[in-house]
Amino acid sequence: MEWETVIGLEIHAQLSTKSKIFSSASTQFGQAPNSQACAVDLGLPGVLPVLNVEAVNKAIKFGLAVNAHINQRNIFDRKNYFYPDLPKGYQISQMDLPIVGKGEIEISVGEMTKVVGVTRAHLEEDAGKSVHDMFNEFSAIDLNRAGTPLLEIVSEPDMRSAKEAVAYAKKIHALVQYIDICDGNMQEGSFRCDANVSIRPMGQTELGTRAELKNINSFKFLERAINLEVERQQDILEEGGSVVQETRLYDAVKHETRSMRSKEEANDYRYFPDPDLLPVEISDELLDSIKADLPELPVQKKARFVTDLGLNEYDADVLTSQKSLADYFETMLDGNEKNAKLCANWVMGELSASLNKNQLDIENSPISANDLSQLIARIGDDTISGKIAKDVFKAMWDGEGSADEIIKSKGLKQVTDMGAIEAIIDEIIANNAPQVEQFKSGNEKILGFFVGQAMKASQGKANPKLLNQLLREKLS
Amino acid sequence: MSIHQKTIAELAQGLKDKEYSSVEITQHYLDRIKQSDLNAFITVTDELAMSQAQAADDKIAAGTNNILTGIPYAHKDIFCTQGVKTSAGSKMLDNFISPYDASVSHQLNQADTVMLGKANMDEFAMGSSNENSFYGAVKNPWNTDKIPGGSSGGSAAAVAGGLSCFATGTDTGGSIRQPASLCGITGLKPTYGRVSRYGMIAYASSLDQAGPMTKTAQDAAIVLNAMAGFDEKDSTSAEQDVPDYTAHLNNSIQGLTIGLPKEFFSEGLDDGVATEVMNAVKEFESMGATVKEISLPNSAYAIPTYYIVAPCECSSNLSRLDGVRYGYRCDSPENLEDLYLRSRSEGFGAEVKRRIMIGAYALSAGYYDAYYLKAQKTRHLISDDFKKAFDEVDVIMGPVSPTTAFDLGSVKDPVSMYLADIYTLSANLAGLPGMSIPAGFSNKLPVGLQLIGNYWSESKLLNIAHQFQQQTDWHQQMPQED
Amino acid sequence: MSLSEQQVTQIAYLARLSLSDDELQDNTKDLNAILGLAEELGAIETDNIEPMAHPLHMTQRLRKDVVTEGDQSDLFQSIAPKTGNKHYLVPTVIE
Repeated sequence: MEWETVIGLEIHAQLSTKSKIFSSASTQFGQAPNSQACAVDLGLPGVLPVLNVEAVNKAIKFGLAVNAHINQRNIFDRKNYFYPDLPKGYQISQMDLPIVGKGEIEISVGEMTKVVGVTRAHLEEDAGKSVHDMFNEFSAIDLNRAGTPLLEIVSEPDMRSAKEAVAYAKKIHALVQYIDICDGNMQEGSFRCDANVSIRPMGQTELGTRAELKNINSFKFLERAINLEVERQQDILEEGGSVVQETRLYDAVKHETRSMRSKEEANDYRYFPDPDLLPVEISDELLDSIKADLPELPVQKKARFVTDLGLNEYDADVLTSQKSLADYFETMLDGNEKNAKLCANWVMGELSASLNKNQLDIENSPISANDLSQLIARIGDDTISGKIAKDVFKAMWDGEGSADEIIKSKGLKQVTDMGAIEAIIDEIIANNAPQVEQFKSGNEKILGFFVGQAMKASQGKANPKLLNQLLREKLS
Repeated sequence: MSIHQKTIAELAQGLKDKEYSSVEITQHYLDRIKQSDLNAFITVTDELAMSQAQAADDKIAAGTNNILTGIPYAHKDIFCTQGVKTSAGSKMLDNFISPYDASVSHQLNQADTVMLGKANMDEFAMGSSNENSFYGAVKNPWNTDKIPGGSSGGSAAAVAGGLSCFATGTDTGGSIRQPASLCGITGLKPTYGRVSRYGMIAYASSLDQAGPMTKTAQDAAIVLNAMAGFDEKDSTSAEQDVPDYTAHLNNSIQGLTIGLPKEFFSEGLDDGVATEVMNAVKEFESMGATVKEISLPNSAYAIPTYYIVAPCECSSNLSRLDGVRYGYRCDSPENLEDLYLRSRSEGFGAEVKRRIMIGAYALSAGYYDAYYLKAQKTRHLISDDFKKAFDEVDVIMGPVSPTTAFDLGSVKDPVSMYLADIYTLSANLAGLPGMSIPAGFSNKLPVGLQLIGNYWSESKLLNIAHQFQQQTDWHQQMPQED
Repeated sequence: MSLSEQQVTQIAYLARLSLSDDELQDNTKDLNAILGLAEELGAIETDNIEPMAHPLHMTQRLRKDVVTEGDQSDLFQSIAPKTGNKHYLVPTVIE
């Protein structure tokens, strides 16, 4: 039987506020255990939550960026369950009236683009962390993370493959960084994905029973975990079994998912409006001012790159896929706009390849955007050829200086002096009579031989255009 | 008149006139507490009290004092007090030395008051008799075989028994007014949002409100001046100016319209209580007030509404008591489940467990609409009844409790106990201010008159109560001592 | 609607409470009596009534995003039942 995969994602994005969502403790990552868990975060008897304005503003920003309906009156609820990293025995979240309602976002997989629905996004507090391997008989609880603001972004079950799910997750990941509401750091857990995965016979409209995959901390693992789960469900269904609705934990080391059914058992979260918090009201004025301050969104930037810079769709998409990449590219364009296409090629080609090879993020590139821009300018003004530029790039990567410095110190400036080039050509023609004969008898291909010889003689510095032109003149 | 018979206003005058020092007053009260068998205190903070008294005397000498400087009080053990055990009457928090101060504690410290100790109470403020305390029942100073009322039973007994000049209380369903009534003192539950709930251990968050328990309405005004106010740490605290509550005490109440809800005088009300309440109403008439019968048709549903809403909130509020970060933890838990189950089962008393379970059930899947949501709707109806009533009248009066103080140990089943709250619950459900003032005796036990006012009308209520206390001397009666 | 002892056991577990046999019996009786009170609410027509979660018609005040709380972990952990390496300790949790 042919199966169709149906995926919806729940993304938890930590909002990059200074203080927690309901307390005035710091949200900084990596501090001494429990040093940032204040009385409110610890759920001491008698403490009360007060909502952080920035958490609200950032949630609104997200809503506007995915064209969503903002619920100008929204409510905080309590989700009740017992767990050691949940100090109050309930998580403050939003159930019936989340701050962000229905929205949408466009994704591309290869040549195909599609729109994925965002069901809702709501504010909630993060839990603490349990460390299970510090002591033999104990789990150790660090509540520094407890109370960090989260935006839980829930998608429609609109994705049909692991690749689409990854494309969507990456799109949201880029977006939250563009609008500066989340640092997107997946290693530190600032951006986490849970995937709801089900399969159904192709053509069937009703959804199959889904499993929720948790504990996925990279896009690579997201793809793997989904594919693994799809296989597992296919095996079950093809053997006549049925899929159980449950939460499954992805284990990246063993490359398997396993049931967390024990945790699910008897879960009844008993949501009800948090009586310590009042309804949040968002004024039209606030909405308008946040809308006005919204930065250029990826989709807008992409369109501008195509229209104003003449980039193709694919290049524009890649360059806007991450804020850091787009920032780098745009810095390069400063004063170099006429070479936009060349800039794009170099960022996506030579630079990306070198970064990948050295496992570096673009933020940590040894070559700054301004320096790379200078190199591109030298190609553009014919100071060096594209081929020589690659050598200059390598030297820049190795820290030998700026493009101009390297060109100068290594004497890589192109030879554009006609006389010098003519001298080289004359010598080559004199020494290679048989090849000259071949050319004259119509073998056009032999021209490459002469170009090569001339380049060799000039140590690659001869201006290729000039060289070609002079060679033809001399040979005919 | 002995020191412990004096009001705040009188003690403050004596301190000013150097008749005695705060250290002397404080020592007087501490001695009385030591000799008392009312069990009104869970913790007596002698050393702290003496040092606060000394500091107060220094301020008085320097002339930087206010009216509450050096006045000793009993602080309900539900308010967190930094460095002092804060138990909420529970084994669960028997070892809890609060690392922080409640906003009310802080405000009373700022007013230079002297904390004598932490007053006994029903566990987590759940109870109407103070028999649900881990630290044992409190006795009524008028008759030590009787309950003092609850949950602020220790506070009421301390004031009535001359063990403190005033006390703090909290009122979720009558926990200030009912013990005030049964012990013959003045108690005020302000409008919800008037006094900060920060650091006040939550029972039912949308109903809890702190207030003063005093000898007189004037004292209540003085203490409320110190307790009331906006607090940025409490999202439900109102950004509303605090008037000087003593400013209008002497206004005339000529022309006041009093509403008597017929539902408050129906079956179940003890005859002796009814008589005293009606006598008090007549007193008001003689002072120039007019009386009007009104109806609060949905008040009959206050008990079921309250006993769904409050347990729902408390079941969630008390989840944090899990034996992980503070409070009671069972001996050698085998695993996490065991840690939770035994710590909570051993740490909570029977009534608390009962209410937690009611709440857990009423919020659970499949029952939420029938119980919680339904109760939130009837709560709306109860609140609307008051809105209509206050279009016609200035204040609502009636009994606080259907009976006078009953015998310790005499009411055993929870539902009968809940019925004792019938007249006090509606004010909490609506968030309205309410008072209990001494209005006579029945069978040698105090009877309180309840005043319910419109939102933010504390000044008016205090004015009405003060005027009554200018004409009567019920509030000056004190239990006889052997 | 009447709660069975089995239901009461489940409710108790939901609230992480365990009941002895005697407590179970007593609580089943009491809980049913209390819920019996609540059944009275069924008599009231509430179809078009808004549920009231708060007594006052106020809206949520928002706090400035400023860090004012410092590290008080030593004080807070001085009242904890069990700590180690600055962590709160509980019996090992199996995930």
